[in-house]
Amino acid sequence: MSVTDSATAPPRGGVRRLTTARAVAEGIAQEMERDPRVFVLGEDIGAYGGIFGATGGLLEKFGPGRVRDTPISETAFIGLGIGAAVEGMRPIVELMFADFFGVAMDQIYNHMAKIHYESGGNVRVPMVLMTATGGGYGDAEQHSQCLWGTFAHLPGMKVVVPSNPADAKGLMISAIRDENPVVYMFHKGVMGLPWMAKNPRAIGPVPQSGDEVPIGRAAVAREGTDATVVTLSLSVHHALDVAEQMAEADGISLEVIDLRSLVPLDRQTIMSSVAKTGRLLIVDEDYQSFGVSGEVAATVAETDPGMLRAPVVRVAVPDVPIPYARPLERAVLPGPDRIRDGVHRLLKA
Amino acid sequence: MDDKTRLDLYRVMVLSRTYEEALLREYHADKKPAFDIGAGLLPGEMHLSAGQEPVAAGVCAHLRPDDAVTATHRPHHIAIAHGVDLDKMTAEIFGRQGGLGHGRGGHMHLFDPATHFSCSGIVAEGLPPALGQAFAFQQAGSDRVAAAFTGEGAANQGAFHESLNLAALWGLPVVFIIEDNDWAISVPRSASTAVASNADRAAGYGMPGQRIEDNDVDAVYAAAGDAVTRARAGDGPTLLEIHTLRLWGHFEGDPQAYRPDLAELAGRDPIPAYQARLQKAGILTAELAATIKDEASARVEKAVEFAKSSPAPEPETARDYLFA
Ligand SMILES: Cc1ncc(C[n+]2csc(CCOP(=O)(O)OP(=O)(O)O)c2C)c(N)n1
Repeated sequence: MSVTDSATAPPRGGVRRLTTARAVAEGIAQEMERDPRVFVLGEDIGAYGGIFGATGGLLEKFGPGRVRDTPISETAFIGLGIGAAVEGMRPIVELMFADFFGVAMDQIYNHMAKIHYESGGNVRVPMVLMTATGGGYGDAEQHSQCLWGTFAHLPGMKVVVPSNPADAKGLMISAIRDENPVVYMFHKGVMGLPWMAKNPRAIGPVPQSGDEVPIGRAAVAREGTDATVVTLSLSVHHALDVAEQMAEADGISLEVIDLRSLVPLDRQTIMSSVAKTGRLLIVDEDYQSFGVSGEVAATVAETDPGMLRAPVVRVAVPDVPIPYARPLERAVLPGPDRIRDGVHRLLKA
Repeated sequence: MDDKTRLDLYRVMVLSRTYEEALLREYHADKKPAFDIGAGLLPGEMHLSAGQEPVAAGVCAHLRPDDAVTATHRPHHIAIAHGVDLDKMTAEIFGRQGGLGHGRGGHMHLFDPATHFSCSGIVAEGLPPALGQAFAFQQAGSDRVAAAFTGEGAANQGAFHESLNLAALWGLPVVFIIEDNDWAISVPRSASTAVASNADRAAGYGMPGQRIEDNDVDAVYAAAGDAVTRARAGDGPTLLEIHTLRLWGHFEGDPQAYRPDLAELAGRDPIPAYQARLQKAGILTAELAATIKDEASARVEKAVEFAKSSPAPEPETARDYLFA
């Protein structure tokens, strides 16, 4: 289901409106009912329901055997997830904030991501590493990063980055069923949390059924003709807002691509759109250099740079840690103002 | 312990509590009616330390401004007890140019070179740098020490165990302090820690360990005195675990639905208890207690005023300070 479908579908049989957090928890619950090998580990994922609500209600439904709070020992419990996956279980391990990957990165990138390759395909690690990303609420340098480019850079893990409730549920189901390690990165701002300002797109229709949203397929979140905006996660919300507003105010027609997955990256959807519009704006809440925005630009440059009628424009975090003070944080995050400005620069060129 | 020392401990605890009451007020003032973590003058997570004042007061009483302190995501009581400038710290928490870090860091990232104070939002990660500060002091042949604070939840982090071993191995002048407030967010100590006392773990790393019960500032003062003396004398590190109290939520906005002991918390508040003890001992009177509270309020409100009147950083300066 594309974002456009899910955002506009009227509530009908089997489709209710949920927050993204509830959609994720529902996807996990349905898989736990279907498959006894699935279990959940992490800090405050039990009684608290996950700091960002992704595991709400699971403890009550499945008990402490399958929904386990851990000590603050990320190396130990992420590693435990790896070992359990190797032995045939289906762990979902929550790393509370992506920012905390540092204390456990060896288990993630030297073990979780490499075991299948190192073993010549003989050992599988079918686990989900779920983690919260992103800023915009004043949580500063160590609690606001997206970092998906870092995970996507390191080979051996799939990386998914849902932007809305329906995709979040379907991608979680796909991630659990996948035979590979999947890093499932949700931006706090798309979760629809009651205690954080949110875009209306954080609440939306979600199918009752346990259908997969395939990993590796981008969605055309909005069709347009003047320029392509390739983006992901919370920035999709901002880009759609800007597209709506610029269509009305300036008669500008933007096509918005929601990547949904970074690994594998749906290069075809990017190329088809740029072939149509000839102009590419990339909006990414991760650091600008050496990351997602560069990879998307390189995709066009390597495939057919001739289709570009103007140089690519990037709106990302300008290679600086996320500062605390609001005026500084606003200045570095790719909010609607910076996106609008990026569109103007792109169309003027 | 002499009377003056005990009064000083009381003063520090009252200043710290008064400070946090003011932050509580300012933090929530513009997040009403619906709580929005990103709104208002003080956005983001806010971890207040009310109830844990005895730990900071008792330990830092033995420290000099040239001793190093590393604190946690819950740093205010420790910063105050160590003498971090209240105006600049408050301005930092308000995200202002006049703050310790010119508004870049906020409440979890306070750095004060004047008192060798720092803290981190990543649990247990303040411990390894404390080792390095102690190493520098040791190499310089000085008697300076480092005090490294962490929570009982964080004591299950690899950095904690690596740091203890290395500090003991190299005889570094460090005092490790575990603030055991029973909870790591929603996870009780019983669900996180395999041993009854983290002080027992000290033996496994070859250093003395002591657990202090009852959130008792006098007992903390005594144990920390021994530990700091050991470190200054070149006799290596010590591990202290102090059973303290998280009086409020993990962070502001925490519904604490997981917590069964909410009703009894007020009765366990260490500050009225210490006040009663000092009054009974004839060291403190109700009048003096009121004066101490008034002085603390005046100091705190001055800091809040300083913070509010300091300018916000200019957006164009967002990339400043990336490199030296
Ligand atoms: C490495 C890492 N993992 C998880 C967290 C999220 N987190 C912040 S505070 C906290 C609980 C800490 O408990 P404790 O050490 O007992 O200190 P307290 O909060 O009780 O003062 C957690 C899990 C973090 N900041 N860093």
